[in-house]
Amino acid sequence: MSATSPIGARVPMIDSVDKVTGRGKYTDDLTLPGTLVGKILHSPHAHARILSIDTTAAERLPGVKAVATGKDTPVKYGILPIGHDETIFAVDKVRYIGDNVAAVAADTAEIAEGALGLIKVDYEVLPAHLDPERSMQAESDFIHEDKPHNIEKEYHHHFGDVEVGFAKADYVRDDRFDCAEVTHAALEPHSTLANFDPDGSLTVWSSTQVPYYLMKTLAATLEMPEEKVRVIKPLIGGGFGGKSEVIPLELAAAVLARRAGAPVKITYSREEVAYAHRGRPRTIVELKTGVKRDGRLTAVEARIIQDGGAYCSYGVVTILYSGQLLNAMYDIPNVMFDGYRVLTNKPACGAMRGHGTVNARFAFETQLDMIAAVLGIDPAEIRRRNLLKAPCRTINGLRVLSYGYPECLERVIERSEWRAKRRKLPFGKGIGMAGSHYVSGAANPIIRSLMPHTTVELTLGRDGAVTLYTGAAEIGQGSDTVQVQIAAAELGVDWKQVKLVAADTARTPIDLGSYSSRVTFMAGNATLDAARQARERLLAAAGLALGAESENLVWKDGVFARRNNPRPSIPFAEACRLACGAEESLKFAGTYSPPPEAQGGKYRGAGVGPSPAYSYSAQVAEVTVDVETGQVTVERIIAAHDCGKAINPLTVEGQVEGSVWMGLGQAVQEEMVWEKGRLMNPGLLEYRTASTLESPPIEPILVESNDPEGPFGAKEAGEGSLAATLPAVVNAIYDAVGVWITSLPVTPEKVLRALEEEKRRTSL
Amino acid sequence: MNKEPIRLRVNGRVHELSVPPNKLLLEVLRDDLGLTGTKCGCDDSSCGACTVLVNGEPQMSCLMLAASYQDEEITTIEGLAKNGELDPLQTGFCEEGGAQCGFCTPGMILTCKSYLEKNPDPTEQELREALSGNLCRCTGYTQILASIRRAIELAREGRKVEVSKL
Repeated sequence: MSATSPIGARVPMIDSVDKVTGRGKYTDDLTLPGTLVGKILHSPHAHARILSIDTTAAERLPGVKAVATGKDTPVKYGILPIGHDETIFAVDKVRYIGDNVAAVAADTAEIAEGALGLIKVDYEVLPAHLDPERSMQAESDFIHEDKPHNIEKEYHHHFGDVEVGFAKADYVRDDRFDCAEVTHAALEPHSTLANFDPDGSLTVWSSTQVPYYLMKTLAATLEMPEEKVRVIKPLIGGGFGGKSEVIPLELAAAVLARRAGAPVKITYSREEVAYAHRGRPRTIVELKTGVKRDGRLTAVEARIIQDGGAYCSYGVVTILYSGQLLNAMYDIPNVMFDGYRVLTNKPACGAMRGHGTVNARFAFETQLDMIAAVLGIDPAEIRRRNLLKAPCRTINGLRVLSYGYPECLERVIERSEWRAKRRKLPFGKGIGMAGSHYVSGAANPIIRSLMPHTTVELTLGRDGAVTLYTGAAEIGQGSDTVQVQIAAAELGVDWKQVKLVAADTARTPIDLGSYSSRVTFMAGNATLDAARQARERLLAAAGLALGAESENLVWKDGVFARRNNPRPSIPFAEACRLACGAEESLKFAGTYSPPPEAQGGKYRGAGVGPSPAYSYSAQVAEVTVDVETGQVTVERIIAAHDCGKAINPLTVEGQVEGSVWMGLGQAVQEEMVWEKGRLMNPGLLEYRTASTLESPPIEPILVESNDPEGPFGAKEAGEGSLAATLPAVVNAIYDAVGVWITSLPVTPEKVLRALEEEKRRTSL
Repeated sequence: MNKEPIRLRVNGRVHELSVPPNKLLLEVLRDDLGLTGTKCGCDDSSCGACTVLVNGEPQMSCLMLAASYQDEEITTIEGLAKNGELDPLQTGFCEEGGAQCGFCTPGMILTCKSYLEKNPDPTEQELREALSGNLCRCTGYTQILASIRRAIELAREGRKVEVSKL
C-alpha cells in the first residue's frame, strides 16, 4: 500500500454521478421496443380455496396479449431449499389478501387493469389464521397441509444447563416483549422487465439483491435450462432485504413475456410493494434471565414466536438467527432457546435489515437494563461484566476472532458524557444505552454446495486497463465502490483506473447476493485474492525485464523498480504489456469461501448464525418524554460500530446512520397495522417513515478491530447497528420517566398508559 | 383516451407531443421524453421522488396533468448540470454521501435547489423543514444535510466541478 492508498479514503460512490444527474437507470427506467405492461390479480381473501378461474373475457379484451394463471406454472419455489412452498400464481388456494392469482400483459396499463377486472374467480372462503399464538393452536384448515398446527418450524436449543444457571442466580426475572411487524419501504417499488430472444433464451432486468438466485428460480419455475436465463441487475433503489429473495412479479413478468412473445414489464404500485412485504415479523419474546448480584449472567432462556405470514420465505433462517445470536455477544454459560416460526394468513415475512436478530436483541438489552436497575448497577457496567474473552467460541459454537464491542462501549460512554448524565437529567429527559452485533455474511450458503461463495474476476489489459467482473449486487450500500477500492489498493493504482462490470449473470461470475451483510467481507476477499494474483504476475514480468527477483522489486509512485535502485523503472501499463506477452489481456479469478472453523457446530439448526466475523455496535440515545402527551422525542443518537476496518469511512458512516435511523423508526413509529388480514397502512403516508423533521442527529463512531480474516481487516457495516437503537431508546425512556415500555413501537398511548400504571403503583 | 397535442418546455427545450389529456406530467417526462431521472416512489404524493421545478418552484409531477403545464418552465434533474459542470448540490451529494440508493436524490436535490435560491444560507432547522416532503429510506438524512452544507460551501467559493473530474 502506498501513501495514497484508497483504503480508508472517503471515496464517493462510483455510481454517484449517475445518481445525481438522473442518468443512472433503475429497472422501471428501462424499456424495449414493444414492451407490454403487466399487471397482477391479487386475492381479496385471506384464506380461500380456488374453485375455478375464468379468463375468457379478459383474453378477448382488445389490447390484451397474454393472461396467465397457476395451472400453467405449478412448479414450487422458495428462497430456502426446505421452504419451496410458493408457486408463481396460486394453484389451489390463496393464503393471504394480496396473494397472486393471475396476471395480464396488455398494450397499456389501463387495458391490463381492465382485463384484471374481467377475470372471474370462484372462491370457497376458509377460516383465516391471523394471530400467531392462536394459529399455532389450530386443529384444522391448516395454511399448508404439510404444516400441522401452522407451525413452519420449531427449534429447541439447550447449551450448558439453564436449571443450574438459574439455581446459581441471585436474581431471576421473566418478561414478555412484543414487537410489531415492520417493512422495508425501499423507495423504489419492485420492477421487472422480461424479454425472450428468438432462440428461446430469457433476459430479465430486475430490482433484485440476488441475481443468481433469481436466475436459478426463473429456470426452475419456467422449466428452462439455467444457461438460457440471464439476469441483469440495474441500479437498485434500496433493498434492506425486501429484494433479497424472488418476488412474485419477477416470475410473472417472465411467464407473461413467454406467452405474449413480447417484452413485459411489471412495476408494483406502492400498495403492492407493501403486500409483497417479506419484512420483519411481529415477534413475541418471553425472556428469562438469571444474574449474580454483581451483574454476572448465569442463564438465559428465551421463547420466541414469529408471525411469519403465509409462506416460508426466509422464515426458518429468521427464527434461527433470533436464537443463535441472542447470547452470542456476551459470555453466558447456560442458554436455552425455544423458537417457533408460525404461519398466518398474511403476506410472508422474510429478511429485513438485521435479519432475525433485532427483536430478540431488543428484548435482551432492555431486560439487561431492567436487571441493572433492580441491582443498582450502571447499565454500562453490567455489559462490561459479561463481555466475551475473544478470541473465543461462544457456547453455541460461533467463532469470534475480532471483538470491538468493549471499545464501542467505551467510546459511546465518553462521547455521550454518560456518567454526567445518567440519572442526573431532569425528569422527562433521559439517556439510555444498548449493544448489538451482526454477521459478516453467513458461513454456510443457502444452497449447500462446494462452490465458492463468491468469485471475482480481474482482467489486466495490455494497455494497463483494470476491470473487475463481479456478481455482487450493489443496492445503494456502496459495495461496488468498496470492491474497486480494494482492487486499486492491492494493485497500487488510482481507484478511478479500475472499471467494474457487475451483477449480470451472463457476464459476471457467481456471487450469492446482497444479504446477511456478506459483500464487503466475501466479495471483498475474492477481489483481494484476484488482485494479489494480478500483482504477483506484474511483479514477475517487471522483475524479468529488470533482471531482478520479484521479491527484490518495489511498486511505488506508479512504477516498478528494484528495491535499492530506482532506475530503470517500469510504469504500470508497461508492466501489464510485458505480463500479457502475446495475450490481449490476462484474467485472474479470485474466490472466497469461509473457513471450516467458522461454519459452526453440528446440532440441528447450527448452520444459521455462524459467520467468519461479527460486527459490534454500542449506542447511546438521548430522549425527551412529554409526560402530558406521552410523546417521545429522540434528541440524539451516538453509535459506535466495530466494522473491522473502514475501507470507505464515507459509506460506512452512511450505513451506520441509515441502520440506526431505520431502527429508530421501528422503535418509535413504524408498524404494519392489520385488520382481518388486510393492511390498513399500505402507503408511505400511512406507514410513517421519519421525515427530516422527526430525524435526530446521528453521530457515528467507527471502531476498527482489524479482523484477521476480513479484507484489510474489514467486517460488516450495513446492518449490525440497527438492533441496538431500539433498546437504547427504550432504556433512555426509563431514565427519563421511570417506566419500561416492552411493546414496540413506543407510541404516546403506551407511554401514557405506563406512566398512569406507575403512578397508581407508587401511590398504593 | 384520445390524444391531444401539447407543448412542453422542459430543461429549456420545447417538445411538441401528443398525449391523452389525463396523462400525468411524471408519465410524460418518463415515457414520452425518456427523462427517467424523475422517479415514481409512491403513486400518491407521499414521498417527493417525482419532484420537478415549475418556474423554479418544486412540485410533485405525480399530481400534475402534463397538459396543464404548457408554456411553463419545467426543470428536471437532467437539466441541472450545465455545460458538463455539475451543480454544487450534485457535487455535494456525491462527495458527502447524500445519495445512497439514489432514488430520492433527484427530488431531494431539486427541492433543495429551489429553496437555496431563496435562502442561500439556511439554518439546519430551516433545511429540515424545506426537505420534509422528500422521504429518504437510506441515509437517515444526516449525510443529505452534510451534502447540502458542502454544496453551500462550493457555491460560496464558486468552485465548479466538471462531471468527468469528480
